[in-house]
Amino acid sequence: MTRRLTVAGVDLEIEERGEGRPLLLLHPGEGLEPQRPWLHLLARRYRVIAPWHPGWGTSALPDWMGSVDDLAYLYLDLAAALKLERAILVGACFGGWVAAEMAVRSTARFASLALLAPLGVKFGGMLDRDITDMHAISRDRFLELAWADPALGDVDTTLLPDDTLTAIARGREAFALFGWKPYMHNPRLRHWLHRIDIPTLLLWGAQDRIVTPDYGAEWRGAIPGAALQTIPSAGHFPLWERPEPIIEYLSAFADRT
Amino acid sequence: MRTWYFSEMAYHPAWEAGLAGGSLRVVLPNGNVDPQVAHGLLNRYLDEFALCDAEGLDIMVNEHHATATCMTVSVPMALAVIARETRRARLLSLGNPIANRPDPVRVAEEMAWLDVLSGGRIELGLVKGAAYEIAPANSNPARIMRRYWEAHDLILKALSTHDGPFSWEGEYFQYRNVNIWPRPIQQPHPPIWMTGMSAATGRAAAEKGHVVGTLLSGGIAKPMFDAYRARARELGWEAGPDRMAYAAVIGVGTTRAEGYRRADLIAGYVRTAPVVAEPFTNPPGYNTIPANVAMLRAGKKKGRIVADRNGNLIDATQATVEDLMATDTVFAGTPDDVFAQLKDFNTRMGGIGHLLFFGQGGHLDHKDTVENIQLFAREVAPRLRELDPPQRAAAE
Repeated sequence: MTRRLTVAGVDLEIEERGEGRPLLLLHPGEGLEPQRPWLHLLARRYRVIAPWHPGWGTSALPDWMGSVDDLAYLYLDLAAALKLERAILVGACFGGWVAAEMAVRSTARFASLALLAPLGVKFGGMLDRDITDMHAISRDRFLELAWADPALGDVDTTLLPDDTLTAIARGREAFALFGWKPYMHNPRLRHWLHRIDIPTLLLWGAQDRIVTPDYGAEWRGAIPGAALQTIPSAGHFPLWERPEPIIEYLSAFADRT
Repeated sequence: MRTWYFSEMAYHPAWEAGLAGGSLRVVLPNGNVDPQVAHGLLNRYLDEFALCDAEGLDIMVNEHHATATCMTVSVPMALAVIARETRRARLLSLGNPIANRPDPVRVAEEMAWLDVLSGGRIELGLVKGAAYEIAPANSNPARIMRRYWEAHDLILKALSTHDGPFSWEGEYFQYRNVNIWPRPIQQPHPPIWMTGMSAATGRAAAEKGHVVGTLLSGGIAKPMFDAYRARARELGWEAGPDRMAYAAVIGVGTTRAEGYRRADLIAGYVRTAPVVAEPFTNPPGYNTIPANVAMLRAGKKKGRIVADRNGNLIDATQATVEDLMATDTVFAGTPDDVFAQLKDFNTRMGGIGHLLFFGQGGHLDHKDTVENIQLFAREVAPRLRELDPPQRAAAE
C-alpha cells in the first residue's frame, strides 16, 4: 500500500508491503519504479518500507533541503518514527549513498546493511572517474552502461500518463540537486565508513559500468568486515534486472543478523 | 528602435568537424582550433565592433564556453577592449551568465569598472545562460533560477551601495565585506537587461522593470513581450518599446540578392549553434517540470524546431533564408526591404525598442561584414530610430 507520513516536516510518499522483519529500502536515482517486480518479491519475506526520496514521486522537497546529509537525518528520523528495531537497511545506487551516510551516523535501529552498487564515495585520484558521468551521455548510452540487457531498462515515455512523467521529471531534477557537485559523492564519506558497525553486504552486478565491481572492492575494503557478492547477467540495477538471485543473497545474509 | 551590433566571434573553421561529430559545443575537442587562425579572427572581429562606433551603432557582446560558435569567453574582457576603441556607442553585456558564476561580487566589480572606464556607457545584462553552458561551468542545473535571483539581487546591491561594506549570508553566496571599488558612474546602477524565451520571464522582468530580450523567433518573442506589458499594466505602469529587445540575423545588400547572400552566410550560425550533444541540451532542473513532462511526452526530437508565422514547423539546422525569414529569425534584402520587414515586425510585436543586429556570423568575411554594417547603419538604422511606437491597438 501507499501511505503518506510527515517526518521532520517533510511530507513523504511511502510504499509499504509485506509483513515480518522491517526492511527500509532506499531507491536508486532513477526512482522507486514500483511497477518493476521487486517490491512484492521482497515483501514475501519482509515488511518492506520504501519511501520516495524528497523530490521524487510525490514526496515533498522543501526549499531548505538539498544535500544527502539531509536525507540521512530524515530517514534516521523515519526509522525512529516507525519505531524500527533490528531492521535491515537496503540502499541501491543513490539510495546506497544515503544508506551509507545514515550508517556512519547511527546504526541503532538496524541489524544489517545491504548496499547495491552504491554511489557516494570517491576512492581514485583527481583524474580518475570513479562514477560514470550519467549526465554527459545520451539516454541510450546510459542504458547500455547501466543494464546487462539495455532493452529491460528502456521505457517509452510517450506512452506514460502525466503524473508518472511528472514523477520522472521531478526525480531527475532532485537527482541533480543532490548529486551534481561533487559528482554523486561526498568527499568526506570515505573517511567515516569505518564507523559502520553492523554486518554489511555489498551486492554488485558483474556488468555494472556506472560503478564497476572494482569500485565495489574499494567499498569492501573501506567498511570493516564487509562482504562483496557479484551477480552475473546484471548491471547497475540488479534488483530490477535479476531480483530473485539478489533476494536470495540478501536474505541469506540478513537472516543471520 | 536602437540598433546594437553583435557578433559571437565564431571559430567557423571548426564547424565542419563539429557537425561531423554531432556537437559544436562542450565535447568538440579544442584541438580543432588553430590558435594562430583564432588570433587573426579575434582581432578582425574586434575591428568590426570598433567600426560600429564610427557608424553610430551601439554594441552588444555575449559569451559562450567550449564551443566553435563563439570565441568570446568573457564579456568583460571583450568589452574592456571595445570600451577603449569606442567613444560614443553604448556597450551592452548580454550578458553575464550569473547563474553559472561562482562569484557575483566579482561580476559587480567588473561591470562597475567597465562603466567607469567607458564613461558610463555600460548596459548590464544578467542572464541565466543557455542549457549547454551548465556543463562547461559545472553549475548545478537544479534550482538554477533561485541561484540566479540571489546573484541578481547581490549584484544590484553591490553596485548601488555606497556606505558599505555590507554582509550577505544567502543560500548560495556568502560574503562578510562587500564594498566594490570603483563604483559605477551610472547611478544607482547601469540599466539592467534580462533574456528569456517564456511568458514567465516576461512577467519576471516586468516586475523588476528591466529590459527583456529574446532571439531568433517571433513566435517566442510575442507572448513574452505581451506578458511583460500585461504584468507592467497590472503593476500600474505602461511598458514602452524601450523595455523590449530582439536579436535577429540581418543581411543587407545594394541588391536583394546580395542581402540574401549575406544573410545566408550569417545564418550558418543558426544552422550550427543548435547542434549539441544530447545530454547537454536539457540538464535536469534547467527547464521547468511541465516543460520536461512535455518533452518526455513528445519523445526524441532532432534539431532546433521553430514554428513559422503559419504554425509550420521548421528544422533550423536545415532551413533556407526564406524559411528563416518566415520565423522572424532572418531579415534580408536591400535597405528598403529590410526596413519594411522590420517595420512590419515591430508592429506585429507591439513595439520593440532594441534591435540586436546579428550582422556577422562565421563565414561572412571581413569585406562583406563591413559593408553589411555600413549599409545597415547608414540606410536602415536612421529610419528605425524614427519609427513611431505602434498604436496600442497593435499591441493587444
